[in-house]
Amino acid sequence: MKAIITVLGKDTVGILAKVSSACAEENVNIIEVTQSVLQDMFAMIMLSEFDSEKVSFDEFQKKLDILGDENGLKIHVMHEDIFNSMHKI
Amino acid sequence: MLETKDILETIDMIDNENLDVRTVTMGISLLDCIDSDIDKACDKIYDKICRYANDLVSTSDSISREYGIPIINKRIAVTPIAMIAAVCQTSKIVKFAKVLDKAADTVGVNFIGGYSALVEKGFAAGDYALIESIPEALSVTEKVCSSVNIGSTKAGINMDAVRMMGNTVVETAKLTKDRDCIGAAKLVTFCNAVQDNPFMAGAFHGVGEADCVINVGVSGPGVVRAALAKSDCKDLSQVAELIKKTAFKITRMGQLVAREASQRLSVPFGIVDLSLAPTPAVGDSVAHILEEMGLEICGCHGTTAALAMLNDAVKKGGVMASSHVGGLSGAFIPVSEDAGMINAVNNGALDITKLEAMTAVCSVGLDMIVVPGDTTPQTISAIIADEAAIGMVNSKTTAVRLIPAIGKNAGDTLNFGGLLGEGPVMPLRKGKPDTFIGRGGRIPAPIQALKN
Repeated sequence: MKAIITVLGKDTVGILAKVSSACAEENVNIIEVTQSVLQDMFAMIMLSEFDSEKVSFDEFQKKLDILGDENGLKIHVMHEDIFNSMHKI
Repeated sequence: MLETKDILETIDMIDNENLDVRTVTMGISLLDCIDSDIDKACDKIYDKICRYANDLVSTSDSISREYGIPIINKRIAVTPIAMIAAVCQTSKIVKFAKVLDKAADTVGVNFIGGYSALVEKGFAAGDYALIESIPEALSVTEKVCSSVNIGSTKAGINMDAVRMMGNTVVETAKLTKDRDCIGAAKLVTFCNAVQDNPFMAGAFHGVGEADCVINVGVSGPGVVRAALAKSDCKDLSQVAELIKKTAFKITRMGQLVAREASQRLSVPFGIVDLSLAPTPAVGDSVAHILEEMGLEICGCHGTTAALAMLNDAVKKGGVMASSHVGGLSGAFIPVSEDAGMINAVNNGALDITKLEAMTAVCSVGLDMIVVPGDTTPQTISAIIADEAAIGMVNSKTTAVRLIPAIGKNAGDTLNFGGLLGEGPVMPLRKGKPDTFIGRGGRIPAPIQALKN
């Protein structure tokens, strides 16, 4: 399945590295990354893909939740379809 | 790839504007549980509900996690119990309410609806017994919701049933007076009740429905209000356009959840209900949308027009977003469940007559209104009759959910907690309708029923 990972928070050194290594540890492939920094606010959006039979979505989500809490970031992992259905006809 | 602004918009709606799926409701037919022995019927009902709804809560929770959308309530609606009770050789049918409550507990849903009777034209076997048992049924159960349909555009209004419901509402409030009269908050009197409504307390599973079905109710008053606040809309055409677009997005999300839930549970998808359902949470109020449109306070002159436009725009946006739309589908205006409405009542801007006018242009009716404890059953019946007349003549669903605050008067407050919120006691109009209500009989169907 494809999931969108969004990372929002205050810009600090190494956010991208931390999130992408968490993905690598869980065997989650990152297909595309876009990021922007507005004033101090950091917003990163990653399109990721993983085999839902091998990777537990719940565990991956929890792992990124913890990572977010530790670094003062808000990280969401959501199925791609929610955005497709809301924003594409 | 998706656009960044779209992704952030969705996240903002969920995180900051209370976007959620209000309810995933499983409708279950109990027609195959009918038995002349009430104990056997209850066993069959318990088994069927537990078998069908066993995975409802866990599946909804996993959809909620995967898609990142909160799904607030998981509920069950069943065939009107009066039909099941009709063949039982007993009038002690509260057992049915108890077994529904037990089944709801077992599967983990927060409400189960369908302790209902449909008597718009007259009483069939089981209907009297059911209506008479409502006060006790709602006082000895936690999760059971009850509804009675007393009128329709095609049949007119059954005024004998209206008279009974006045008593039933007052009795129900009295039996639960030690719990803020909460029993009456779980009892709805309908005109033109719909068979696929996913929202409580009025949900039941109509006889024309499939054996089992998934209906979804979306929500999002906060999202609509925020969209209006952020926009630079000038005239009302632009406001209507913006509401339509926002309603489209909200409904698409509901459609996605409904489709997933129906696939994963292997149950047919029924409908998405487009209603804008408020909650007492700050920022999740229909009244605040009306105020955002330019009214100083909800209830002031202009409110009915603003609400009519909101209701229509939500439907227009939502209809294209879902393959099947149904249920009540309109803006709800429950007083106790909407922070803006409560504020308007406390400020003297909103009273029962304005609310009655508002119900003529939106779903669903006089909802969650706390009235003085000494209100007579006849007055409650008369309010029900007024509201049913609006529904009957306008070919729309109207409902009455009044809570007589036993032992309290205008100025006091009842606090139900949770989604039901808290409501200030509202004064009613003067004069006694007793003789009118005492007449009974039926109000004939209006001329627009004769369309053939």
